[in-house]
Amino acid sequence: MLVAFLFRRLGGAAVVFLLVSMLAFLLVWLIPGDAVAVLLDAAASPEETARLRAALGLDRSPLAQMLAWYGGLARGQLGHSLLLNRSVAEALLERLPITLSLTALALAIAVVFGTSAGVGAALAHGGWLDQLLMGVALFGLSVPDFWLGLLFIIVFALGLGWFPTGGFVPISESLAGWARSMTLPGLALGLTQMGFIARMARSSMLDVLGQDFVRTAEAKGLSRSRIILAHALPNAMVPIVTVIGIVTGALLGGSVVIEQVFSIPGVGRLIVGAILARDFPVIQGGLLFLAGVYLLVNLIVDLLYAVIDPRVRLA
Amino acid sequence: MTTGPVLVVDGLTTELRRTTATILEGVTFSIAEGETVAVVGESGSGKSMLALAVMGLLPRAIRRTAGSIVLGGTDLAALSAGEVRARRGRDLAMIFQEPLSALNPVMRVGTQIVEVLTRRRGLPSHAARAEAIRLLGRVGIARPAERFRAFPHELSGGMRQRVMIAAALAAQPRLLIADEPTTALDVTVQAQILDLLRDLKRDIGLALMLITHDLGVVAELADRVVVLYAGRVAEIAPATTLFDSARHPYSRALLASRPRAHGPRSALVPIEGAVPTAGTMPAGCRFRPRCSLATVSCASPPPLHAAGPDHLVACWAVQ
Repeated sequence: MLVAFLFRRLGGAAVVFLLVSMLAFLLVWLIPGDAVAVLLDAAASPEETARLRAALGLDRSPLAQMLAWYGGLARGQLGHSLLLNRSVAEALLERLPITLSLTALALAIAVVFGTSAGVGAALAHGGWLDQLLMGVALFGLSVPDFWLGLLFIIVFALGLGWFPTGGFVPISESLAGWARSMTLPGLALGLTQMGFIARMARSSMLDVLGQDFVRTAEAKGLSRSRIILAHALPNAMVPIVTVIGIVTGALLGGSVVIEQVFSIPGVGRLIVGAILARDFPVIQGGLLFLAGVYLLVNLIVDLLYAVIDPRVRLA
Repeated sequence: MTTGPVLVVDGLTTELRRTTATILEGVTFSIAEGETVAVVGESGSGKSMLALAVMGLLPRAIRRTAGSIVLGGTDLAALSAGEVRARRGRDLAMIFQEPLSALNPVMRVGTQIVEVLTRRRGLPSHAARAEAIRLLGRVGIARPAERFRAFPHELSGGMRQRVMIAAALAAQPRLLIADEPTTALDVTVQAQILDLLRDLKRDIGLALMLITHDLGVVAELADRVVVLYAGRVAEIAPATTLFDSARHPYSRALLASRPRAHGPRSALVPIEGAVPTAGTMPAGCRFRPRCSLATVSCASPPPLHAAGPDHLVACWAVQ
């Protein structure tokens, strides 16, 4: 039953990916004016224009261009960057581990602290701890991540000197260096999403704690910790996991900005650079990459659902 | 009563924390070993509140202000919350009206029984598993080893209530409180669950406190009946006595309001008005505004007094 469920979700994800790839393909036509004219300055000669047009394959019929695009996708090729001397796939893969490790760290911070804070607030419902935690969560939600990033740089990097102001140390080079370079950007990115998860975890937990089966568990004389950990939390996890899927999307988007703030050479910086330089193949590849990661995460979320809640497998 | 009481509730009074309006007032009754006592009354009479008060599971907004709840010689009302928790499930267990919402939807039903066996009775896990399967069989579930792995949504309403009963019996309680155990079930399934409760009562001598508004269920199962009205005991009598010669005007009205399957067809007689809610209780007898026999003496609360052998009534009109 779980396998059938997985295949249904996989089919849905494939359709979305196909739509995104179509959008990426149309990008060249969607920008106002002629893509080639935008790339070159006004003084470019007609020969130069024609050469670039041919190099980009834009002189062919739309159908032929589409076939070439999907043909490349099928072989895992995303074309060549106009500016970087390498293929788009190479450029993306090079930076992939950096962005993924940043996003994963931020997600871990957001999920662990967000869920704990939300559950803690629910258990202390109406008390000072509840108000304190929700105040912090609201602050985290309200503050833009780049501002928090700049604040962290000023206080913890420039002021206290505990962390570098930016840059990236590969984990293969030095684990401690990697951790030091990732702490501030991970926190800046994760804390804003933590508030979101905390609020969801709190309301979900409060809802579950009021349900009949929690009273049944009380009637059985089970310990408070058993009731919370074995009965309430697994039921409260379903909405929290949903939010985790949404949060991952926000983190991927947020990493674009945070990579700029902390000068981290990740996919986000690559895409921003490509947009500024109108490096179309890289923009297209970046779009597909982000959509792919997002779909993958949501597929995992759907699977987690089915693992947590057996009723979902029927739907 | 030949054997000693399992449960003695004396003068139990509860109130809303916020407004200090009383809900239960001076509720007094007892349950003997192996006896089934039904607590009946309309919605809002305080039946479920009484069950939760005995379990020590009153909602936060309500607190007990007076009275004792003596179970097997120990006053639960004098114990700390932790000590009451230690008794719950072991000495007294409870099953609820809605078996679907009362079971954890994401936990296998077997696990929901096993956790009682391992944590409350201290069985090792393999023995607990075998015992849980035995219990599932005992409450009439076919292919119990298979159903052990089912989730609640995979079972029918009747089977879910059987699972609830199995989980409640797992810790071998002295007293089982059943709050409207058949209300949410189909009629044919209701009869099966009542049969099961009757069997269990006979086989293991379980004392049963049965909360219900269904007088048919009372006739099926109860030895004695406590009629509750607006949080006070109106009448306590053996079931047969109550059905033959109820004395309190409210009990009589309650009996007159039920449909009859046998005998001449007659119009149903509703009880005019509604049960007063906490904070709007009339002074004196709480049934006075709806009572056809009310007199000036009803302005003061009537005490519970004997109206026959093992028969108590709280009414000025009954001597």
